[in-house]
Amino acid sequence: MHRYIPNTDADARAMMDVIGIDSMDGLFEDIPDNLILKRPLKLNPGMSELEIERKMKELGAKNQSTDDLVCFLGAGAYDHYIPSIVNHLAKRSEFYTAYTPYQPEISQGTLQVIFEYQTMICGLTGMDVSNASLYDGATACAEAAIMAVDNTRRNTILVSKTVNPETRQVLKSYAHSRDINIVEIPMVDGITDSEMLKTLMDADSAAVIVQSPNFFGIIEDLTEVEKLTHGNRSLLISSVDPISLAILKKPAEYGVDIAVGDAQVLGNNLNYGGPYIGFLATTSKLMRKMPGRIVGQSLDVDGKRAFVLTLQAREQHIRRYKATSNICSNQNLNALIASIYMVTMGKKGLREVALQSTEKAYYAMHKLTAGGKYKLAFDRPFFREFALIGPKDADLLNKELLTNGILGGYNLNKEYGIENGVLLCVTEKRTKQEIDKLAALTEVI
Amino acid sequence: MKTIKGLYYTKDHEWVKVDGNKAMVGITDYAQHALGEIVYVELPEMDEVYKAGDVFCVIESVKAAADSFAPVSGKVVEINEELEDSPEFLNEDPYDNWIMAVEMNNPSELEDLMDDEAYKKFCEKEE
Amino acid sequence: MKSYNKLIFELSKEGRNAIAFPKSDVDRTPLEELIPADLLTKEGVELPEVSEVDVVRHYTLLSKKNYGLDMGFYPLGSCTMKYNPKINEDMSSLGRFANLHPYQSEDTVQGALALMYELDYMLSEISGMSRVSLQPAAGAHGEMTGLMVIKAYHEKRGDNKRTKIIVPDSAHGTNPASAAMVGFDIIEIKSTKNGIIDMEDLKEVLSDEVAGLMLTNPNTLGLFEKDIKEIADLIHEAGGLLYYDGANMNAIMGVSRPGDMGFDVIHYNLHKTFSTPHGGGGPGSGPVGVKEHLVKFLPVPIIEKSGEEYILDYDKPDSIGKIKSFYGHFGVMIRAYTYILAMGAEGLKHASHNAVLNANYMMSRLKKYYKLPIDKICMHEFVLGGIKDEAGEVTTLDIAKRLIDYGYHPPTVYFPLIVREAMMIEPTETESRETLDEFIEAMISIAGEAKENPVLLKEAPHNTPVRRIDEVLAARKPVLKWQKSDS
Repeated sequence: MHRYIPNTDADARAMMDVIGIDSMDGLFEDIPDNLILKRPLKLNPGMSELEIERKMKELGAKNQSTDDLVCFLGAGAYDHYIPSIVNHLAKRSEFYTAYTPYQPEISQGTLQVIFEYQTMICGLTGMDVSNASLYDGATACAEAAIMAVDNTRRNTILVSKTVNPETRQVLKSYAHSRDINIVEIPMVDGITDSEMLKTLMDADSAAVIVQSPNFFGIIEDLTEVEKLTHGNRSLLISSVDPISLAILKKPAEYGVDIAVGDAQVLGNNLNYGGPYIGFLATTSKLMRKMPGRIVGQSLDVDGKRAFVLTLQAREQHIRRYKATSNICSNQNLNALIASIYMVTMGKKGLREVALQSTEKAYYAMHKLTAGGKYKLAFDRPFFREFALIGPKDADLLNKELLTNGILGGYNLNKEYGIENGVLLCVTEKRTKQEIDKLAALTEVI
Repeated sequence: MKTIKGLYYTKDHEWVKVDGNKAMVGITDYAQHALGEIVYVELPEMDEVYKAGDVFCVIESVKAAADSFAPVSGKVVEINEELEDSPEFLNEDPYDNWIMAVEMNNPSELEDLMDDEAYKKFCEKEE
Repeated sequence: MKSYNKLIFELSKEGRNAIAFPKSDVDRTPLEELIPADLLTKEGVELPEVSEVDVVRHYTLLSKKNYGLDMGFYPLGSCTMKYNPKINEDMSSLGRFANLHPYQSEDTVQGALALMYELDYMLSEISGMSRVSLQPAAGAHGEMTGLMVIKAYHEKRGDNKRTKIIVPDSAHGTNPASAAMVGFDIIEIKSTKNGIIDMEDLKEVLSDEVAGLMLTNPNTLGLFEKDIKEIADLIHEAGGLLYYDGANMNAIMGVSRPGDMGFDVIHYNLHKTFSTPHGGGGPGSGPVGVKEHLVKFLPVPIIEKSGEEYILDYDKPDSIGKIKSFYGHFGVMIRAYTYILAMGAEGLKHASHNAVLNANYMMSRLKKYYKLPIDKICMHEFVLGGIKDEAGEVTTLDIAKRLIDYGYHPPTVYFPLIVREAMMIEPTETESRETLDEFIEAMISIAGEAKENPVLLKEAPHNTPVRRIDEVLAARKPVLKWQKSDS
């Protein structure tokens, strides 16, 4: 007997009688004998909860979390405050033990949550329509690229070097298998080089992908890029940060065709990299080209407002190999979390998070550069993150900071070859005192 | 199942009505019935050139999506934009509601298609 | 309880809020002094303004409109809706796991890396593969990753004409869709009357253009492909690779291993077999396992052990690269790891035994009342094809909807496509004989109603928050977001 398996031996015997077999082996008679595993799996013996908890805490003790350390690390995953109610509500088992809402009559909870999520993603980005979410920001960007290729019937994607390196790597893997060309737009002084974009663009350019705030935290002005892109009848894909949208110009205000990004920042734990949540929003024109699940509003037989998965003819279970994507799931729980977070913050709260992150980041930047030992890598307006160049390699710096209980920034040498470059992140969670401590330490390290 | 005399039919359940060098193309009653309630028609674009057998249009119902194949080769000279907002017209009268008109560049391809009698028999076999 | 029909936006009232912030301890500078005005939004964002109590009630009441596994039996074929142990949730919420930044230095995340390394081992052992990448985000993503590995393998050998993947017609829709994502063409082969692969048909399509065959075993009809070894030999002789869709792994843990059957690549669904929740549609996790000759193609990074230390190894020149940010759904991995600890080797085997026992028991009892297209011992699930001796007025959809009135989540319907009026039932091992009996009685009762009072089925469900929904309206005139004028 195992606590998760209720059949007793007597049950099993009675059930075998009904089936007409003598032993469990009778159930597996179709498996040829040479394929039957004749030894036990080499795994642990089953454990009690108490043993599991002990083992997991031992493993946990080998980690240092952002509760133990003061986090100045960002670069695509952010340590924002998560209100208490988020996890209380998201952990309701009616949500997390449900399957995909294929039976809408008993899934209105999930379906309405997604409908509201879609509405709020549109509310942030200004776009016309949103899907129910994708795996993460990087795959959302890759899906957007495929959408552009399919829609324009062109085969080259131009992607700015200031787009998150993880995103570009994922894009590259996806593109390789479909023989889509990826061309990198160089950067100049920390932003997309629009002059180079002009020369790189041609009749095969399906889309241009940019990110703002970009990987360095710099807010890119997309006005020029938009003109060039649409002038070439290519699509403009913009990767954005949802919190920044509380203050920054929205994708729709720039005329973006597809807005993507990662909504981890909206109430999701850092989770050592996942699960996070990718969002994808677009124009009405491209609505039926979106990948992934979409929820729509309709009426039931009594005329009552009801929600249902819709536009399913795009999807794999119907179109099979002609589907817009192979994706089946959305990041439903993460979308739920993001929704609860957005609702809890509201219009003003989200703005406050964005404002405090900005002003604290600026305060940190001034404080850290005041001594002259560190200088800004790029002198441009930024959001939440900024790149500094200092006297030593960021790994060495971070090592020292760690011994002082600080989780330092992202080393910009690896992906960008910026020697002694470090990308620091300051969210609303950081205090003046913590920032001052960081600044004081960098002076002596 | 309804068919109309004088039209040409394909094995993929499209019909063609010839008007000089112009061919009006739609889907048959059999096709609309098989699909069920049609919710969306992805129309071809003007001036697009298709070879016979190319996919020129995708028709979606709630639980299915079907490609429609060009019965004859040619350039698209007209599209029925009404279907964009009212896809249900294809259910209501599939022969009155054509999808596109092409300027045929090889009318001899019509010889490969069926007449209404042959098509009727073909559909009976499909059942 | 009164019914609840509000959208969160309809609760919104200017001035309400559900959050308080500490006063910023750095000076507040006007935003325009930091960021030029033309980079700032003119419109602001559209979000509701509600109180904390509003938020709590809203989501609590919405949750009540869902049917979850904790509320009752969920026999969804091919989805393995087994109980999701609560300890899984607790472990994944431990701060020392949940609050780790993916770019922390390796020395600060040794516990997390150890967990991933061990889970890789566990999943390799269960499937008989050499290594497992935990990066894929879901089953479909795992399929895509596995197929990328197959593509990379052929490319590396300069065997560039292998552009086709064979998929049986009984396969899940993701199989062909994933193959298309990776740029393969699809060859669909037919199943025999008994629902297994037609060897003659298979031989006919084999050529030097075939990159591989995707298969799930047991297959989507719940049957074990007996000839799997011969199939594997045929594919391998033709130069192709064999891909295992792990959707149905719950039938064979500790009993038989895909690696021993000759499969080269597999993907798991941790949210099915390993009890991490489905979450109403995600996040899942779709680890990909491969045999030794394919390990070098797995996504980067791979977790390796160097001495006593665990490291993230990016130095894999033949790797297909990254297929998602960071390392996968770590939060989901913790749950699967916890589950394997709880089950142990014996427990997993016991689980598969009981999953198969439960399925066969239900099938034996139901086949008197429902059509059973293939009447033989099944694995962990079986497929029915409508009510016996019924005039044909009632559809599988009607039966499914009527089951809701009886308090159950319906089985998977209209899949696999090769069975008319298919109804696919997978009880899983976490259900008791009593639960199965009650469900069987409900099914028998519905079979009777179908003949005596079909309207009861046609109009079902009767007592749900909403009843049957107009899906045609939803697709013809899509309303995908709330707009102010709607209320």
